[in-house]
Amino acid sequence: MGENAITLSAIEKRFHQKEVIAPLSLEVPTGQLIGLLGPSGCGKTTLIKMIMGMIKPDNGRIQVLDYVVPHKQLLIDIGYMAQSDALYIDLTGAENLHFFAKLYRLSKKERVERVAYAANLVRLTEDLNNKVVNYSGGMKRRLSLAIALIQNPKLLILDEPTVGIDPVLKKEIWQELIRLKEKEHKTILVTTHAMDEAERCDRLAMLRSGQILAQGTPQELKAHYQAQDFDEVFLKAGGAIV
Amino acid sequence: MRIGAIVTRIIQQMMRDKRTLALLFCAPLLVLSLMYFIFNSDESEVTLIVSHGPAQLIEKLEAADFHVIEDDNVTITQLKDNQYDAWLDIQQKQTKLTLLNDDPSAAKALQMKLAQALQPEQASSMTFVTDYVYGDEDTAIFDIFSPMLIGFFVFFFVFLITGIALLKERTSGTLERLLATPIKRSEIVAGYLVGYGLFALVQTIIIVLFGIYVLDIVHVGSIWLVLLINSLVALVSLSLGALLSSFAASEFQMMQFIPLVIVPQVFFSGIFPLDSMVEWLQNIGRIMPLYYAANALNGVMYKGFTFSEILVDLLVLAGFALLFILLNIISLKKYRSL
Ligand SMILES: Nc1ncnc2c1ncn2[C@@H]1O[C@H](COP(=O)(O)OP(=O)(O)O)[C@@H](O)[C@H]1O
Ligand SMILES: [Mg+2]
Repeated sequence: MGENAITLSAIEKRFHQKEVIAPLSLEVPTGQLIGLLGPSGCGKTTLIKMIMGMIKPDNGRIQVLDYVVPHKQLLIDIGYMAQSDALYIDLTGAENLHFFAKLYRLSKKERVERVAYAANLVRLTEDLNNKVVNYSGGMKRRLSLAIALIQNPKLLILDEPTVGIDPVLKKEIWQELIRLKEKEHKTILVTTHAMDEAERCDRLAMLRSGQILAQGTPQELKAHYQAQDFDEVFLKAGGAIV
Repeated sequence: MRIGAIVTRIIQQMMRDKRTLALLFCAPLLVLSLMYFIFNSDESEVTLIVSHGPAQLIEKLEAADFHVIEDDNVTITQLKDNQYDAWLDIQQKQTKLTLLNDDPSAAKALQMKLAQALQPEQASSMTFVTDYVYGDEDTAIFDIFSPMLIGFFVFFFVFLITGIALLKERTSGTLERLLATPIKRSEIVAGYLVGYGLFALVQTIIIVLFGIYVLDIVHVGSIWLVLLINSLVALVSLSLGALLSSFAASEFQMMQFIPLVIVPQVFFSGIFPLDSMVEWLQNIGRIMPLYYAANALNGVMYKGFTFSEILVDLLVLAGFALLFILLNIISLKKYRSL
């Protein structure tokens, strides 16, 4: 694996003539936790779906883990959590996890281990045998995260993973993300519009109207804009362009 | 194994959805029984072959709007092959009427018309015998359209249930999520075909057995052929339902396909007589899967056709299924280009 887990070169995407992603380039270094920060509708999900190969960019080139996207083999190495929970609500949490584990061709033994690990990570072990239809919003979010981790992927791409999760669990999930990065050397790309989460990332890319306004470490960005917190960084960065 | 994962999941989901299971397995039996009680109790040009008929009789018959073909050497096989409605063989001692009887109500009408036309002659001492190519004088209208009805129910309920199940997968995002895993598009389609196909097969077996052993629908041919035809019908309807679900945004829109896709097929599959329709309209049926299904089912159950006689219909049905399956695989490109 090269220095960068993800390399986007001059990516562009339009939906019905409307430019959603202006030509942009971005690099995600291997082994880092990168935050994609931006208000709702700025193009975060579109960008992520292009990285996954689910949307084809109009222009530009995307390389992930030494593969040129789209590439099916690549999907084994990516743990993906969509913005909206895509779960089989008439099945139990365990059945959902086992189903996805089978799609990654895990052996029975591995499957049982990984399901137990992932469920424990998101504190769902006790509810694993309940049907998902009876889960709360936060529980569904956690189950989605567990599914993203099920095959022990090298790269995690998480689209707003902590929306609807209470502050205590949110903190735990971030601790776990940081542990995964540090102890298991995972590369993690997270989108968020919560400014408090921005602090915890190694690097940030600030997106607005499909363009990257600024990128760097949280400290660099704050210093650059002479701001106290990220709300201020965002206001100043946005103001500079508009 | 990925296909197996999808199949297992579908079985888990279906077993938990008791109402859908009931709809799949009980509703067709209910409707079929209702139809049975209602129908166990129209007109077009009739082709009549006359052998050894005197000239004035021919004239009289033509005046009565029969399409008369004079031929002294006719065989039953010719009658079958050319779909001639009846054959009147006039001999010294007796007159023999052979009815094709592929449509009992039409055959009864023909008999009455013929009796009227022949009245003066019958007054003379001539004896009159009637013979049937298909069925007998007791053949009820239900007997000839029930084979098609069986095919129709298999088609309708499988279409509805798989269409809506797949639509749910599309709208809930689970289908898109599935494509974010390394599964092949063809594996997804195969998984759905096998998963829902199993339920469709059970349904088919129940309907066929119920029709034949409980309602006592005539079946001259092999029951295995009936199951084979209906399995193909289920496959066609499964793949068509899955395909059309990508053009529907809600369950209500899926229901809107019923008048568009299902009802026209009912009209053209032969449940209603087509003979009185203009020819180009009759040919529309040929683009519809149920037309071939009805043809084959009617052939096997009512006329006792063998495998080779319905081979063309089976091939066309398999062709439809293959086409829809391929289109399904292609349509999944919407979610992932590979
Ligand atoms: N399939 C689509 N068709 C048309 N417009 C779309 C489509 N997907 C996203 N958009 C538009 O692209 C913009 C960015 O959307 P999105 O990437 O979902 O933003 P974010 O995830 O940052 O909230 C929005 O204005 C949205 O309306
Ligand atoms: Mg989004």
